[in-house]
Amino acid sequence: MRSTDLRFRIGIGVFAAALLLIVVAIGITLANDSSLSLQRFGFRFWRTSNWDPVAGEFGALPFIWGTFYSSVLALAIATPVALGIAVFISELCPQALRAPLMFLTELLAAIPSIVYGLWGIFVLVPAVRAIEASMPEGLRALPLFSGPPFGVGMLAAALILAVMVVPFTSAVAREVLKTVPMTQREAAFALGATRFEAIRAAMFYARTGIIGAVMLGFGRALGETMAVTMVIGNNPQVSLSLFAPQYTMAAVIANEFTEAANALYLSALIEIGLVLFVITLLVNVLSRGLIWSMAPP
Amino acid sequence: MMIRKIISAVFVGACGLAVVVALIPLAFVLFFVLSQGLQSLNLDFFLHNPRPVGETGGGMANAIVGTLILTTLAAAMAVPIGILSGVYLSEYRGSRFASAVRFAADTLNGVPSIVIGVFAYAVVVLPLGHFSTLAGGFALGVMMIPIIARTTEELLLLVPHTLREGALALGATRGRAVFTVIVPAALPGIITGVVLALARIAGETAPLLFTSFNNAFFSTSLTQPIASITVQVFTYAISPYEDWHRQAWAGALVLVAIVLICSMAARIAAARIVRIRGL
Amino acid sequence: MTINGAGATFPYPIYSKWFSEYNKLHPDVRINYQSIGSGGGIQQVTNRTVFFGATDGPMNEDQLKGAPGIMHFPTVLGAVVPVYNVAGVSELKFTGQALADIYLGKIKKWNDPALTKLNPGVKLPATDISVVHRSDGSGTTYIFVDYLSKISPQFKSDVGVSTSVKWPAGVGGKGNEGVSGLVTQTPGSIGYVELIYALQNKIPFGSVQNAAGEFVKASTDAVTKAAAAAAATIPEDFRVSITNAQGAGAYPISSFTWILLYQDPMDKRAGNAMVDFLKWALTDGQKYAPDLGYAPLPANVIMLEQAALDRIKVS
Repeated sequence: MRSTDLRFRIGIGVFAAALLLIVVAIGITLANDSSLSLQRFGFRFWRTSNWDPVAGEFGALPFIWGTFYSSVLALAIATPVALGIAVFISELCPQALRAPLMFLTELLAAIPSIVYGLWGIFVLVPAVRAIEASMPEGLRALPLFSGPPFGVGMLAAALILAVMVVPFTSAVAREVLKTVPMTQREAAFALGATRFEAIRAAMFYARTGIIGAVMLGFGRALGETMAVTMVIGNNPQVSLSLFAPQYTMAAVIANEFTEAANALYLSALIEIGLVLFVITLLVNVLSRGLIWSMAPP
Repeated sequence: MMIRKIISAVFVGACGLAVVVALIPLAFVLFFVLSQGLQSLNLDFFLHNPRPVGETGGGMANAIVGTLILTTLAAAMAVPIGILSGVYLSEYRGSRFASAVRFAADTLNGVPSIVIGVFAYAVVVLPLGHFSTLAGGFALGVMMIPIIARTTEELLLLVPHTLREGALALGATRGRAVFTVIVPAALPGIITGVVLALARIAGETAPLLFTSFNNAFFSTSLTQPIASITVQVFTYAISPYEDWHRQAWAGALVLVAIVLICSMAARIAAARIVRIRGL
Repeated sequence: MTINGAGATFPYPIYSKWFSEYNKLHPDVRINYQSIGSGGGIQQVTNRTVFFGATDGPMNEDQLKGAPGIMHFPTVLGAVVPVYNVAGVSELKFTGQALADIYLGKIKKWNDPALTKLNPGVKLPATDISVVHRSDGSGTTYIFVDYLSKISPQFKSDVGVSTSVKWPAGVGGKGNEGVSGLVTQTPGSIGYVELIYALQNKIPFGSVQNAAGEFVKASTDAVTKAAAAAAATIPEDFRVSITNAQGAGAYPISSFTWILLYQDPMDKRAGNAMVDFLKWALTDGQKYAPDLGYAPLPANVIMLEQAALDRIKVS
């Protein structure tokens, strides 16, 4: 290889290496700064629910619970909507509408999290509170709906997360559907399929990619901080109730980081950050693997 | 046959409904941001700093300037690393190192912004001894890098082979070919990508909470905490003061406006490029 | 010169007024205070990521060890009041025991006999009490639980006294601001905030029974009376609790609030500026206190503080 070419490769390779280095540095820094808590609590950290900074007892189960519960709920609401949009835009939409609709879904994704949070506090939470207060007594007895109608809580968080996840999942699903060869659909139509059946065939073909798109949305929901912090109620408890104020990993870090008044507390919060990092990494890797098996980069 | 047609029609209708359902919250959010925000948007908002609690009036002048400074810092850090990484990823696609870097970029894209804030706290705030604009700019920059890298990579791949081959045929070294022919060909798209990335991080709050912190005064110092529109909106939103709530909506309107303007500018620019270049 | 401080939300209204007024007198000194909660103030000043801290819960022995040379300077007196949002109800009486039981989750409804007994003329509904507390490390919490722990042994053992406790029930708001916001927005809720937050946001707050058996509603007068007894015997480091104070007319949930400064600061110029600021705050600054719902410090405390301020090494 000519030496100038080698110099070029190394020259820009340094910058590429910087990117790699940053990611590695994040992992190392998080692991290092949470070592105090890792050593002290081990796996107990994730099995116990007792988050008691006063006594120096840190059980982080409520945060994992809150994160997963809210994200799964959000996914349940968002996935049908997102796939519906993806299908509509890529398969059913009149050409003229396509660009405006794509623009609008991108706009949904581009609105900053804090704006969703603001809207959440002043518009969504009162609406949810009204819904909660109007629940009939019979339903209230169920663990799913128990508790006073605060408005802030799991339901509000799940709804806002769903709104934020929809554009992500839908954009990726659209990309995946684009890679389905026209021949699949043409074959279906040739066999007399209705539009639904043809699309169903295409979606079946693209199923791994679509699952990847859904998982990507899941990863997004797991890490969302501001909008959730502002509407989830900030109470570290494990509860099935949609009305109960709960807590997520990202929210507790945002709320308590600046006041962790001793090394153990700080280390516990950073350990939560480490786990959040690892979980989102795994989810993203898995989802990209699924998507790339269909649509290699 | 009839049943199948009905199912199909219902399905099509359901998809259309999905679109409507998704657009409802968008309409809601935009409606509230516009109606509440416009009421509170006045010259004061742009020219004055926050007043002490209990006094009405004041504005977000320091926060607007703060967001500008933070995003500029982030761009200064992220644009070189991002673009050059993107160049590497496209030029040496097959290599194992490139795959590792691509994996790293995608991972970084998916890291929650709060975790990046924690990282920036450990790496900039603690050694420096206090919160600073630099820490906030660093956190935002880290978030921007993978966005720019991947966008650059994809755009460079779209440049026709003929341009590269022409340059090489004329005796250019690889570096020369890339920087004088290929990158300029993709440059408008790259700039669009950078602008969109800027709009995205201008709206970030979590990574700033314990890096650039906040500042009640007007400040441009890199080593002091600095106000930002996003953190200010957060502080105001969770407060009990009516006046602060109004200002929070105004701040939200400014943020949405930034996003909208950058988004539309990027699209218009991209469309024009396509027309001009005939790509 | 910018001096950064962080901490309690309790005194934030008067601090923001003070820093603004002081800046008018000394345009080159900008004191940037962020109200993130007392826990945050203690942590940040311990790590020296800010120049001074502010807290309503004095630092305990462990925390003092982590910040050698830190000094506490009382700035004003304030009150923590129980705020609530119950339709048609503006005046309520509480005993310390009742408040403790509400926050322990033992009293669950507004028309619980314990509450109706205290408030014979008031129509209390049969709705659930939505309990609101702080989600962040808070001196306001410290003052509140310090008082409740003095009254209720069960509260003391189940919850304890600190800036950040494990609440048996309820929703967490961030800062005095967050709690006020939640209470105003949630019908049937109860919370605890610094007096000025209740006044400025026109949230109804109740009177609390003091050690002498009287039901006292918080006011600058009642807070001053609470401090009177303690003022004569205030310890040298100014760390003292005045909750559940003896004496007629004393408001039981009162407290000093402190600014935390190192005796030997690294930045001498900033140290000098802060000492000058505090001397101003202790004299001219006190006149802003009553308008904002805080009580000025007793005269002998101010004198002792002036002497203590002179011990800070600024050259």
